[in-house]
Amino acid sequence: MEYVLLNYVNEGAFAALTKEQQEQGVAAYVSYMEALTKAGVLKGKNRLERSSSATTVRMTNGKAQVLDGPYADSKEQLGGLFVIDVPDLDAAISWAARCPAATHGVVEVRPLGNIPVAV
Amino acid sequence: MTPLEGDAQARSVADAVARRSYGKLVAFLAARTQDVAAAEDALSEAFASALADWPRSGCPSNPEAWLLTVARRKAIDMHRARHRHEIAAEELQVMVEGLEAAATASEIPDERLAMMFACAHPAIDAAIRAPLMLQVVLGLDAKTIASAFLTSPATMGKRLVRAKDKIRQARIPFSVPEREELADRLEAVLDAIYAAFSEGWTCPGGTDVARRDLTEEAMFLAMLVTELLPQEPEALGLLALMLHAEARRGARRQEQGKYVPLAEQDPALWDAGMIDRAETLIERASTRGVIGRYQLEAALQSAHVARCRTGRANWAEVVQLYDALFAFSGSPVVAINRALAIAEMHGAEAALAVMPELSDDARLAEYQPYWAARAELLARNGAHEEARRAYEIAIGLEGDAAVRSFLQQRQSILTT
Repeated sequence: MEYVLLNYVNEGAFAALTKEQQEQGVAAYVSYMEALTKAGVLKGKNRLERSSSATTVRMTNGKAQVLDGPYADSKEQLGGLFVIDVPDLDAAISWAARCPAATHGVVEVRPLGNIPVAV
Repeated sequence: MTPLEGDAQARSVADAVARRSYGKLVAFLAARTQDVAAAEDALSEAFASALADWPRSGCPSNPEAWLLTVARRKAIDMHRARHRHEIAAEELQVMVEGLEAAATASEIPDERLAMMFACAHPAIDAAIRAPLMLQVVLGLDAKTIASAFLTSPATMGKRLVRAKDKIRQARIPFSVPEREELADRLEAVLDAIYAAFSEGWTCPGGTDVARRDLTEEAMFLAMLVTELLPQEPEALGLLALMLHAEARRGARRQEQGKYVPLAEQDPALWDAGMIDRAETLIERASTRGVIGRYQLEAALQSAHVARCRTGRANWAEVVQLYDALFAFSGSPVVAINRALAIAEMHGAEAALAVMPELSDDARLAEYQPYWAARAELLARNGAHEEARRAYEIAIGLEGDAAVRSFLQQRQSILTT
């Protein structure tokens, strides 16, 4: 069963850290990914650019409404994600708890759905 | 046998199996399909088939196995139909194999405990855990559960469906947690059982049948947990607490339905057998050497019983137990009861000084026992006008007519 771990983090916080703390922070993610790989559960990973770089698009009356900024303007923003393949929700939760983002932000655990195929 | 007799016999065998094995069969199917709703549907279709088939062909020698065979086939058919458009062939194969392999075992494994852990999983909304357990383990319908929890059947039905969808979609495991996690996770299971029991108690007169039944169903769940996890002290504590409360049910009402507070109850009316069972459980729990909320609550009940039976005041012990309980829960409800015990030792003024304040917890404003306790203490302290106002609010918050008239009577004896 595949789950995506969505990392919601405070984007401003990283810049406010000392250089040493930043290095430590990055190292924690590197170790985490290594552990995921070693356990054979990592299926995918991505880091997102800052939410200030986001653009939202919505079709209204056949016309594209393009807006600057992310969809939800909250303090914590989606900053990255991991896709893991584990037996059940408890296993996914235990990986989410180890993710550095769970310490300095929030990790949302979502099962990946099946994509319907045409018959 | 006439067809009519065959019908009646089939129905009574089916009813008996339903009572004894419903939860076991749902748990077996759900653990392998990950789909509680489909397991329930498959089983109810199997029961319908049984009622059609058994009067004609006679009741099978092992009705449980018969039902499971039919339900298993239905579950697989349903799963095929539902997932026709999805890439699920591999998953279906695993499921079918799991169902077939386990079905060849001589006895159906009892996975009700694992299912209770799934229902009380931290990923399930805490408020729906008790209703969910009552439905999937005991087969109560949404209408009965809704009436006990004072919500509309439609709302309860929707919330139950949502919870089952969550179990399926997020793949919440059907398993008893590992040792290091067990205590925390078991607490959620026990809390849900206690919530069901308390809902039953909100009709202490037992006039509302749906609610009275709920206390029995909750006790059945607690017994099931203690049977399947006989070494867990908190599970034993919860069952002891329930037995103590249940033992005094009859004494809480006079024949005319008038409410009788604990201090005025006749211990001869208590169910001594239940009290003995509770005491044995408390003792058994204490040998494990791990104290917890439910054991403390049960010990408090036990202390109250001992005092009322012997007439020997034991308020120091009671206050000590409340202190320990407060350390666990920090609950203002515990603080209120602790204050009432302190009143017995050091008087109403000392008790009023340790009562929780509305500013500590805004929910107290709507909590009847807070106002009733305050009124009682104020009255004893001679502050009759304030006491009258507190009784007024307590009466306004009480839904049980017998308790309401008890409070009205207490209010009326105040002098102005």
